[in-house]
Amino acid sequence: MESTIVKSVDYNAYFGDNHVVKNVNIEIPKNNVVAVMGPSGCGKTTFLRGINRMHELIPGATAKGKILLNGEDVMEMHPIFVRLKIGMVFQRPNPFPNLSIYDNVIAGYKLNGIKLPKAEKDRIVEHSLTRVALWKEVKDSLTKKGSFLSGGQQQRLCIARAVAMEPEVLLFDEPTSALDPISTSTVEELFHELKKNYTLIIVTHNMQQAARVSDKTAFFYMGELVEYDNTKKMFTNPSDIRTQNYITGRFS
Amino acid sequence: MTQLELEIQAVKVEVMSMWYLVESQLQKTRAAILHFDRDLAREVALKEKRVNAFELKLDMDCENIFALYCPVAVDLRFLLAVLKINNNLERIGDIAEGISKYIIESEDDFDRMLVKKTELMKMFDDCISILGDTRVAFEKEDTILARSIFKKDEVLDEINRNAIDRLTECISEDVTTSRDALYILSIIRKLERVGDQAKNIAEEVIFYVEAKVLKHHRDNLK
Repeated sequence: MESTIVKSVDYNAYFGDNHVVKNVNIEIPKNNVVAVMGPSGCGKTTFLRGINRMHELIPGATAKGKILLNGEDVMEMHPIFVRLKIGMVFQRPNPFPNLSIYDNVIAGYKLNGIKLPKAEKDRIVEHSLTRVALWKEVKDSLTKKGSFLSGGQQQRLCIARAVAMEPEVLLFDEPTSALDPISTSTVEELFHELKKNYTLIIVTHNMQQAARVSDKTAFFYMGELVEYDNTKKMFTNPSDIRTQNYITGRFS
Repeated sequence: MTQLELEIQAVKVEVMSMWYLVESQLQKTRAAILHFDRDLAREVALKEKRVNAFELKLDMDCENIFALYCPVAVDLRFLLAVLKINNNLERIGDIAEGISKYIIESEDDFDRMLVKKTELMKMFDDCISILGDTRVAFEKEDTILARSIFKKDEVLDEINRNAIDRLTECISEDVTTSRDALYILSIIRKLERVGDQAKNIAEEVIFYVEAKVLKHHRDNLK
């Protein structure tokens, strides 16, 4: 039986008085890819940012309920520790423009003041870039700036930066919406590889992407988790009419 | 209405047109047998090309929708069901053509006593009625009506099972009827296949509407 790595219990998120995530209860199994979909403003990104406590960084944002990582409440952990364990990749590739590819990969260690011997840093860089299928492409240009890479490569570099910290969970917020179809396909292939070692939670507007890459899919609407099930079931026979209307494009 | 909904609606209209054509082919085949009307039988054989054209057009339309719209959920099930129903209807069209060819080939009218004793015309009527019911079930998404097809098909199976005994009896009484008996037995076998195709269609209607797979699991009937 699959073990649960992330669990939300009666999770609610607010921006001031605006109640954007309503009483979400969900269990994310380990080494699964979970897609989170829903129309704009449904609370999916807010929920994602709540998982690694990024929601609270926004002024006026509050949250209630629990997010458990391996059974421990992340609200009771140090936020930096939470973000080491739960990495995040954003919509637009955002490598540090002034850092080399090499330094981008180990940026997490530098920013957290973790000093490593050169050999260990080399190992982490090669290991992380290999994990994201970028090593062969950049091994001879590690000193070049990350911003010289193509959009797809930059996004994989950002994933490598997250992977370098050896997290347990990776959060992706529309990770391919700024990429061309070929780069998108490369990143999607990567998800299949990454799930062997990590648990992936992906917010996406692209329903076909959700169908292609995920094991389970969650559908959010107006802040509520409407349906959460195996992706095959969700895309062939969803239980809730709102899910069916959304995935078939009949949402008004 | 989204473009996908419009495309699906167009496919449904097309399937209905094909259905009416196939029903009409079966009705004309029945009339051709009843009145031994070779001209009508020739018309059925000729119109079979139109049934085939419908099949190709529907296959192509479904393929295009899959490629362009990536349908999911009820839309996906509808199109998968249409692809199979399309195939079933085309086969019923083939059956009507096959029976019509027997009429064209036959020198004389079939022995009326054999037709009566084998309940051939009743079998025709039941086939036409079952096919009409599957059409209504599909059009109205009526799975209760679709489920009733399985029971009705048993009548066709019964006639088919009794055919050999009845025809043997007739041949033993009058050996000159043996040629007609063979034709009639072949027609009965073909009509029994119409019942099977209708059952397959009913299964597809239930799959499309309820997302239940009955194929090889008839215990899910209720």
